[in-house]
Amino acid sequence: MIELNQFLILSALLFSIGVIGIFLNRKNVIIILMSIEIILLAVNINLVSFSYFLNDLTGQIFSLFVLTVAAAEAAIGLAILVIYNRNAGSIEIEKINTLKG
Amino acid sequence: MSISLLTFYLFSAILLLSSLMVISTKNPVHSVLFLILAFLNAAGIFVILHAEFLAMILIIVYVGAVAVLFLFVVMMLDFKTSLGKDNILQYMPIGLLIGLVFIAELVIVLINTRLDLSNIQILSNPLDNFSDQSNTEAIGSILYTNYVLYFQLSGVILLVAMVGSIVLTLRDREGVKRQIVSEQVDREGKIELVDVKSGEGVDI
Repeated sequence: MIELNQFLILSALLFSIGVIGIFLNRKNVIIILMSIEIILLAVNINLVSFSYFLNDLTGQIFSLFVLTVAAAEAAIGLAILVIYNRNAGSIEIEKINTLKG
Repeated sequence: MSISLLTFYLFSAILLLSSLMVISTKNPVHSVLFLILAFLNAAGIFVILHAEFLAMILIIVYVGAVAVLFLFVVMMLDFKTSLGKDNILQYMPIGLLIGLVFIAELVIVLINTRLDLSNIQILSNPLDNFSDQSNTEAIGSILYTNYVLYFQLSGVILLVAMVGSIVLTLRDREGVKRQIVSEQVDREGKIELVDVKSGEGVDI
Protein backbone atom coordinates (compact mmCIF):
# COMPACT_ATOMS: atom_id res chain seq x y z
CA MET A 1 0.00 0.00 0.00
CA ILE A 2 1.28 3.45 -0.83
CA GLU A 3 1.59 5.80 2.10
CA LEU A 4 0.67 9.45 2.30
CA ASN A 5 4.29 10.46 2.88
CA GLN A 6 5.35 9.15 -0.50
CA PHE A 7 2.87 11.39 -2.26
CA LEU A 8 3.90 14.34 -0.11
CA ILE A 9 7.59 13.78 -0.89
CA LEU A 10 6.77 13.56 -4.60
CA SER A 11 4.88 16.82 -4.42
CA ALA A 12 7.67 18.48 -2.41
CA LEU A 13 10.25 17.41 -5.01
CA LEU A 14 8.05 18.70 -7.82
CA PHE A 15 7.53 22.02 -6.03
CA SER A 16 11.28 22.39 -5.52
CA ILE A 17 11.95 21.64 -9.18
CA GLY A 18 9.57 24.47 -10.06
CA VAL A 19 11.30 26.88 -7.68
CA ILE A 20 14.74 25.93 -9.04
CA GLY A 21 13.40 26.49 -12.55
CA ILE A 22 12.35 30.03 -11.68
CA PHE A 23 15.76 30.79 -10.21
CA LEU A 24 17.97 29.16 -12.83
CA ASN A 25 16.24 30.44 -15.91
CA ARG A 26 17.38 33.80 -17.17
CA LYS A 27 16.70 33.44 -20.85
CA ASN A 28 12.99 33.54 -21.49
CA VAL A 29 9.86 34.13 -19.51
CA ILE A 30 8.00 31.16 -21.00
CA ILE A 31 10.10 28.70 -18.99
CA ILE A 32 9.20 30.66 -15.85
CA LEU A 33 5.49 30.37 -16.68
CA MET A 34 5.97 26.63 -17.14
CA SER A 35 7.74 26.45 -13.77
CA ILE A 36 4.70 28.11 -12.20
CA GLU A 37 2.53 25.45 -13.84
CA ILE A 38 4.76 22.75 -12.32
CA ILE A 39 4.43 24.36 -8.88
CA LEU A 40 0.63 24.43 -9.20
CA LEU A 41 0.69 20.78 -10.28
CA ALA A 42 2.61 19.92 -7.10
CA VAL A 43 -0.03 21.77 -5.07
CA ASN A 44 -2.74 19.79 -6.84
CA ILE A 45 -1.05 16.46 -6.08
CA ASN A 46 -0.86 17.50 -2.43
CA LEU A 47 -4.56 18.41 -2.30
CA VAL A 48 -5.69 15.25 -4.05
CA SER A 49 -3.55 12.95 -1.93
CA PHE A 50 -4.90 14.47 1.28
CA SER A 51 -8.39 14.13 -0.17
CA TYR A 52 -7.77 10.43 -0.74
CA PHE A 53 -6.15 9.65 2.59
CA LEU A 54 -8.61 11.72 4.65
CA ASN A 55 -11.49 10.12 2.75
CA ASP A 56 -12.85 13.60 2.08
CA LEU A 57 -13.93 15.08 -1.24
CA THR A 58 -13.18 18.74 -0.48
CA GLY A 59 -9.57 18.52 -1.63
CA GLN A 60 -10.61 17.47 -5.11
CA ILE A 61 -13.02 20.41 -5.35
CA PHE A 62 -10.25 22.81 -4.35
CA SER A 63 -7.91 21.17 -6.84
CA LEU A 64 -10.50 21.87 -9.54
CA PHE A 65 -10.52 25.56 -8.62
CA VAL A 66 -6.71 25.63 -8.62
CA LEU A 67 -6.80 24.22 -12.16
CA THR A 68 -9.22 26.99 -13.22
CA VAL A 69 -7.09 29.76 -11.79
CA ALA A 70 -3.95 28.24 -13.32
CA ALA A 71 -5.55 28.20 -16.76
CA ALA A 72 -6.61 31.84 -16.42
CA GLU A 73 -3.13 32.80 -15.23
CA ALA A 74 -1.46 31.04 -18.15
CA ALA A 75 -3.73 32.82 -20.64
CA ILE A 76 -3.08 36.28 -19.15
CA GLY A 77 0.65 35.63 -18.79
CA LEU A 78 1.04 34.51 -22.38
CA ALA A 79 -0.97 37.54 -23.61
CA ILE A 80 1.33 39.87 -21.67
CA LEU A 81 4.32 38.01 -23.11
CA VAL A 82 3.05 38.45 -26.68
CA ILE A 83 2.52 42.21 -26.35
CA TYR A 84 5.83 42.64 -24.52
CA ASN A 85 7.62 40.83 -27.32
CA ARG A 86 5.82 43.04 -29.86
CA ASN A 87 6.85 46.24 -28.10
CA ALA A 88 10.35 45.41 -26.91
CA GLY A 89 11.40 42.84 -29.52
CA SER A 90 12.72 40.38 -26.96
CA ILE A 91 11.55 38.44 -23.92
CA GLU A 92 14.93 37.91 -22.32
CA ILE A 93 14.60 38.48 -18.63
CA GLU A 94 17.92 40.27 -18.34
CA LYS A 95 16.76 42.85 -20.86
CA ILE A 96 13.51 43.54 -19.04
CA ASN A 97 14.96 46.40 -17.03
CA THR A 98 12.90 49.40 -18.07
CA LEU A 99 11.93 50.10 -14.47
CA LYS A 100 15.58 49.88 -13.30
CA GLY A 101 14.42 47.86 -10.34
CA MET B 1 5.87 -5.02 -4.07
CA SER B 2 2.31 -4.47 -5.18
CA ILE B 3 1.37 -3.40 -8.66
CA SER B 4 -0.03 -0.05 -7.49
CA LEU B 5 3.26 0.79 -5.75
CA LEU B 6 5.13 -0.12 -8.89
CA THR B 7 2.93 2.11 -11.06
CA PHE B 8 3.29 4.90 -8.50
CA TYR B 9 7.08 4.71 -8.72
CA LEU B 10 6.97 4.56 -12.52
CA PHE B 11 4.67 7.56 -12.86
CA SER B 12 6.49 9.65 -10.28
CA ALA B 13 9.92 8.87 -11.76
CA ILE B 14 8.79 9.95 -15.23
CA LEU B 15 7.02 12.98 -13.72
CA LEU B 16 10.14 14.18 -11.89
CA LEU B 17 12.49 13.49 -14.79
CA SER B 18 10.30 15.26 -17.33
CA SER B 19 9.80 18.28 -15.09
CA LEU B 20 13.58 18.43 -14.66
CA MET B 21 13.86 18.40 -18.44
CA VAL B 22 11.30 21.24 -18.66
CA ILE B 23 13.56 23.58 -16.73
CA SER B 24 16.84 22.41 -18.24
CA THR B 25 16.38 22.09 -22.00
CA LYS B 26 17.59 24.88 -24.26
CA ASN B 27 14.79 24.62 -26.79
CA PRO B 28 11.45 25.98 -25.50
CA VAL B 29 9.49 23.65 -27.81
CA HIS B 30 11.12 20.66 -26.15
CA SER B 31 10.27 21.98 -22.72
CA VAL B 32 6.60 22.40 -23.69
CA LEU B 33 6.56 18.79 -24.88
CA PHE B 34 8.17 17.62 -21.63
CA LEU B 35 5.54 19.65 -19.75
CA ILE B 36 2.87 17.68 -21.59
CA LEU B 37 4.58 14.43 -20.56
CA ALA B 38 4.67 15.63 -16.96
CA PHE B 39 0.94 16.42 -17.02
CA LEU B 40 0.11 13.01 -18.44
CA ASN B 41 2.05 11.30 -15.65
CA ALA B 42 0.40 13.51 -13.04
CA ALA B 43 -2.93 12.32 -14.44
CA GLY B 44 -1.70 8.77 -13.82
CA ILE B 45 -0.89 9.70 -10.21
CA PHE B 46 -4.42 11.09 -9.85
CA VAL B 47 -5.88 7.84 -11.13
CA ILE B 48 -3.86 5.97 -8.49
CA LEU B 49 -5.43 8.33 -5.92
CA HIS B 50 -8.96 7.47 -7.15
CA ALA B 51 -9.53 10.97 -8.54
CA GLU B 52 -10.52 9.92 -12.05
CA PHE B 53 -12.46 13.08 -12.86
CA LEU B 54 -9.51 15.34 -12.03
CA ALA B 55 -7.19 13.09 -14.03
CA MET B 56 -9.35 13.46 -17.12
CA ILE B 57 -9.74 17.21 -16.51
CA LEU B 58 -5.96 17.47 -16.27
CA ILE B 59 -5.55 15.75 -19.62
CA ILE B 60 -8.32 17.69 -21.35
CA VAL B 61 -7.66 21.16 -19.93
CA TYR B 62 -3.91 21.09 -19.49
CA VAL B 63 -2.66 18.89 -22.30
CA GLY B 64 -5.44 19.91 -24.66
CA ALA B 65 -5.63 23.63 -23.98
CA VAL B 66 -2.92 25.16 -21.83
CA ALA B 67 0.06 23.24 -23.19
CA VAL B 68 -1.11 23.83 -26.75
CA LEU B 69 -1.46 27.53 -25.88
CA PHE B 70 2.15 27.49 -24.69
CA LEU B 71 3.16 25.72 -27.88
CA PHE B 72 1.38 28.36 -30.00
CA VAL B 73 3.13 31.22 -28.20
CA VAL B 74 6.53 29.51 -28.34
CA MET B 75 6.20 29.00 -32.07
CA MET B 76 4.72 32.46 -32.70
CA LEU B 77 7.42 34.42 -30.91
CA ASP B 78 10.87 34.74 -32.37
CA PHE B 79 13.50 33.24 -30.13
CA LYS B 80 16.56 34.03 -32.18
CA THR B 81 17.80 36.60 -29.69
CA SER B 82 16.91 34.42 -26.73
CA LEU B 83 19.13 31.57 -27.82
CA GLY B 84 22.31 33.60 -27.73
CA LYS B 85 25.14 33.44 -25.26
CA ASP B 86 24.63 31.37 -22.21
CA ASN B 87 25.51 32.57 -18.73
CA ILE B 88 23.57 30.08 -16.68
CA LEU B 89 26.58 29.61 -14.40
CA GLN B 90 26.07 33.11 -13.03
CA TYR B 91 22.84 32.13 -11.29
CA MET B 92 23.56 28.44 -10.77
CA PRO B 93 24.94 28.65 -7.19
CA ILE B 94 22.13 30.71 -5.66
CA GLY B 95 19.45 28.79 -7.52
CA LEU B 96 20.80 25.39 -6.56
CA LEU B 97 21.36 26.53 -2.97
CA ILE B 98 17.77 27.69 -2.54
CA GLY B 99 16.41 24.64 -4.32
CA LEU B 100 18.45 22.17 -2.30
CA VAL B 101 17.54 23.88 0.97
CA PHE B 102 13.89 23.61 -0.06
CA ILE B 103 14.17 19.94 -0.97
CA ALA B 104 16.17 19.08 2.16
CA GLU B 105 13.76 20.79 4.54
CA LEU B 106 10.61 19.33 3.04
CA VAL B 107 11.93 15.80 2.54
CA ILE B 108 13.58 15.55 5.97
CA VAL B 109 10.39 16.70 7.66
CA LEU B 110 8.23 14.34 5.63
CA ILE B 111 10.47 11.28 6.07
CA ASN B 112 10.70 11.66 9.83
CA THR B 113 7.05 12.28 10.58
CA ARG B 114 4.11 9.96 10.32
CA LEU B 115 0.86 11.82 9.88
CA ASP B 116 -1.96 10.17 11.78
CA LEU B 117 -5.08 11.07 9.91
CA SER B 118 -7.44 8.73 11.71
CA ASN B 119 -8.18 11.19 14.52
CA ILE B 120 -9.13 14.11 12.34
CA GLN B 121 -12.79 14.96 12.76
CA ILE B 122 -13.19 18.02 10.57
CA LEU B 123 -14.29 16.29 7.41
CA SER B 124 -16.88 18.30 5.56
CA ASN B 125 -17.64 15.95 2.67
CA PRO B 126 -16.75 12.41 3.71
CA LEU B 127 -16.44 10.02 0.83
CA ASP B 128 -18.56 7.40 2.61
CA ASN B 129 -21.64 9.47 1.81
CA PHE B 130 -20.95 8.95 -1.89
CA SER B 131 -20.03 5.29 -1.79
CA ASP B 132 -22.67 4.31 -4.34
CA GLN B 133 -21.63 7.03 -6.80
CA SER B 134 -18.74 7.37 -9.20
CA ASN B 135 -16.10 10.01 -8.62
CA THR B 136 -17.61 12.35 -11.21
CA GLU B 137 -21.09 12.04 -9.72
CA ALA B 138 -19.77 12.66 -6.22
CA ILE B 139 -17.90 15.80 -7.31
CA GLY B 140 -20.91 17.07 -9.21
CA SER B 141 -23.29 16.48 -6.35
CA ILE B 142 -21.40 18.83 -4.04
CA LEU B 143 -19.83 21.18 -6.61
CA TYR B 144 -23.25 22.38 -7.75
CA THR B 145 -24.74 22.58 -4.26
CA ASN B 146 -22.31 23.44 -1.47
CA TYR B 147 -19.71 25.08 -3.67
CA VAL B 148 -21.92 26.73 -6.27
CA LEU B 149 -20.76 30.23 -5.30
CA TYR B 150 -17.09 29.30 -5.85
CA PHE B 151 -18.06 27.59 -9.08
CA GLN B 152 -19.70 30.78 -10.36
CA LEU B 153 -16.72 32.82 -9.18
CA SER B 154 -14.32 30.63 -11.12
CA GLY B 155 -16.50 31.25 -14.16
CA VAL B 156 -16.13 35.00 -13.61
CA ILE B 157 -12.35 34.54 -13.28
CA LEU B 158 -12.25 32.75 -16.62
CA LEU B 159 -14.38 35.49 -18.22
CA VAL B 160 -12.06 38.19 -16.89
CA ALA B 161 -9.04 36.26 -18.17
CA MET B 162 -10.63 35.91 -21.62
CA VAL B 163 -11.58 39.60 -21.87
CA GLY B 164 -8.19 40.63 -20.53
CA SER B 165 -6.15 38.62 -22.98
CA ILE B 166 -8.29 39.75 -25.91
CA VAL B 167 -7.98 43.42 -24.90
CA LEU B 168 -4.23 43.06 -24.38
CA THR B 169 -3.45 41.50 -27.73
CA LEU B 170 -5.93 43.36 -29.95
CA ARG B 171 -4.39 46.17 -31.98
CA ASP B 172 -5.25 48.53 -34.82
CA ARG B 173 -3.01 48.13 -37.80
CA GLU B 174 -2.23 50.89 -40.30
CA GLY B 175 -3.40 50.55 -43.88
CA VAL B 176 -6.00 47.87 -43.42
CA LYS B 177 -9.23 48.37 -45.36
CA ARG B 178 -12.28 47.78 -43.28
CA GLN B 179 -16.00 48.41 -43.47
CA ILE B 180 -17.28 51.59 -41.80
CA VAL B 181 -20.98 51.00 -41.45
CA SER B 182 -21.96 54.54 -40.49
CA GLU B 183 -20.38 56.07 -43.60
CA GLN B 184 -21.94 53.40 -45.75
CA VAL B 185 -25.42 54.11 -44.45
CA ASP B 186 -24.90 57.86 -44.59
CA ARG B 187 -24.51 58.13 -48.40
CA GLU B 188 -27.40 60.57 -48.90
CA GLY B 189 -26.24 62.71 -51.85
CA LYS B 190 -24.80 59.86 -53.87
CA ILE B 191 -27.88 57.68 -53.98
CA GLU B 192 -30.68 58.29 -56.45
CA LEU B 193 -34.01 56.54 -56.45
CA VAL B 194 -35.39 56.04 -59.98
CA ASP B 195 -38.86 54.90 -60.78
CA VAL B 196 -38.31 52.44 -63.65
CA LYS B 197 -41.16 52.02 -66.06
CA SER B 198 -41.80 48.57 -67.35
CA GLY B 199 -40.32 47.82 -70.78
CA GLU B 200 -38.44 51.12 -71.13
CA GLY B 201 -35.37 50.72 -68.98
CA VAL B 202 -33.45 53.60 -67.48
CA ASP B 203 -30.43 55.76 -68.41
CA ILE B 204 -27.53 55.66 -66.00
